[in-house]
Amino acid sequence: MPKKAKATFEEDLARLAEIVAALEEGPETLDEMLALYEEGVAITKRLQEVLNEAETKIKKLSRDVNGELEVEDYDEAG
Amino acid sequence: MNEDRELPLFEIPRGAEVYTVSELTEEVRATLEGAFDAELAVRGEISNFKHHAARHMYFSLKDEAAVLRCVFFHPANARLRFAPADGLEVVARGRLGVYPPQGSYQLYVSSLALRGEGELMAALERLKKKLAAEGLFDDERKRPLPRFPRRMGVVTSPSGAAFRDIRNVLARRWPGITIILRPAQVQGEGAAGDVARAIADFDEAGAADVLIVGRGGGSLEDLWAFNEEVAVRAIAASRTPTISAVGHEVDWTLADFAADVRAPTPSAAAELAVPVKEDVRADVAQMRRGAVAAAAEYIAGAREGVTAARGSYGFRVVPRRVDERRQHVDETAARASRGVGHALVAFRGRYAEAAGAFRALSPAATLARGYNVASRDGRTVKRAAQAGAGERLTLNFADGRRAVDVIDGEAEDIAQKS
Repeated sequence: MPKKAKATFEEDLARLAEIVAALEEGPETLDEMLALYEEGVAITKRLQEVLNEAETKIKKLSRDVNGELEVEDYDEAG
Repeated sequence: MNEDRELPLFEIPRGAEVYTVSELTEEVRATLEGAFDAELAVRGEISNFKHHAARHMYFSLKDEAAVLRCVFFHPANARLRFAPADGLEVVARGRLGVYPPQGSYQLYVSSLALRGEGELMAALERLKKKLAAEGLFDDERKRPLPRFPRRMGVVTSPSGAAFRDIRNVLARRWPGITIILRPAQVQGEGAAGDVARAIADFDEAGAADVLIVGRGGGSLEDLWAFNEEVAVRAIAASRTPTISAVGHEVDWTLADFAADVRAPTPSAAAELAVPVKEDVRADVAQMRRGAVAAAAEYIAGAREGVTAARGSYGFRVVPRRVDERRQHVDETAARASRGVGHALVAFRGRYAEAAGAFRALSPAATLARGYNVASRDGRTVKRAAQAGAGERLTLNFADGRRAVDVIDGEAEDIAQKS
């Protein structure tokens, strides 16, 4: 179990804004600046992965033969 | 009857001319039940309505002059799509029968309908007040919608215009989202129950980040399922943030009051549910540009600081520090180069520039080229004029230091000769 749950898109976006503000304010040291910038690069990459998803997926919620709920691909004809 | 006759003191009942209660009642029943159709319809106003423990319903139908007792048994009464209450004008259909234990006749109701649309609206108002009093429509109960849902649940008919509109709007605004349809009946008997089960299914499976529940336009009767208590309660109880999307702008149902957000149409619901991806993409790009610009500015400022500092300090400390800085900058240039996009490539270019500047300026590099630097008491001696005869100086080589004494104060100026 990871110690920290993966950040949501919303959380990443907010953190990126914080990083930009911190960089614009002027970090204390080169190390701090590099750390902030590197974090910004990682976050931007994650955000862009979501932004670049282009295929809208349609699924269906239904109960299987045992009465259990499951999410499966949606067959338009069915 | 002869009223002059004395009332007898006692009488011994003899034979068939004296009925027992049961016998008379039985004859009444046979006569009565035979005289009417197997199913008849009666209209009147409900009074004395009782519905204990959600089982059988007992009430009377009355008009100005008479009262008819009625009973509507469970489970048949569960199919009712409105809540009967005193005062409502209804049409009841059923069978007339005699109930011997009470010596009464009553209508065994098989179906009950509100008499006219006016009654429908009256019943609706009554239900709305009841649910509002329970707090089902309170603002405090309403959940906020997530800003960036990944999984959009939809409860509607798979063949209706609503699902088509929702899909189109979502695919346009936020392509890449996952839409999860739970098909449901959205009008007629049984629809309210199906909608309620669908919402419960989404909660049980935890399958969606937000729900859109609704249907396209239609008549009051078409939309009625979204006014029925079971559906309205299910929407209010939903743990997933829920958007109601029933009919057109002018259509309001109790479901709209119970939902976390009301949308005037299914398309509007999809617009409320997701932002426009292109807008968010532009925001992210702007932030990235801001980060790069700020970092580059920081580097430029640091570089100027190095230029200013180059002529002063002692040697023991500066060469090592600069080497560390150079290594740091090299590492950063490498990290920056793993990024994406022109901006990061440009950033790397600027870093390399700074790294080059560091390297060129480094006193250690100067020494490494074979030059040595004179110093006295830790400070560089840059001019012959600063070193007089008899002074002890330190010669700093790349690989160490030597103490030297100045012999002659008049050495030639090498620079002038070449």
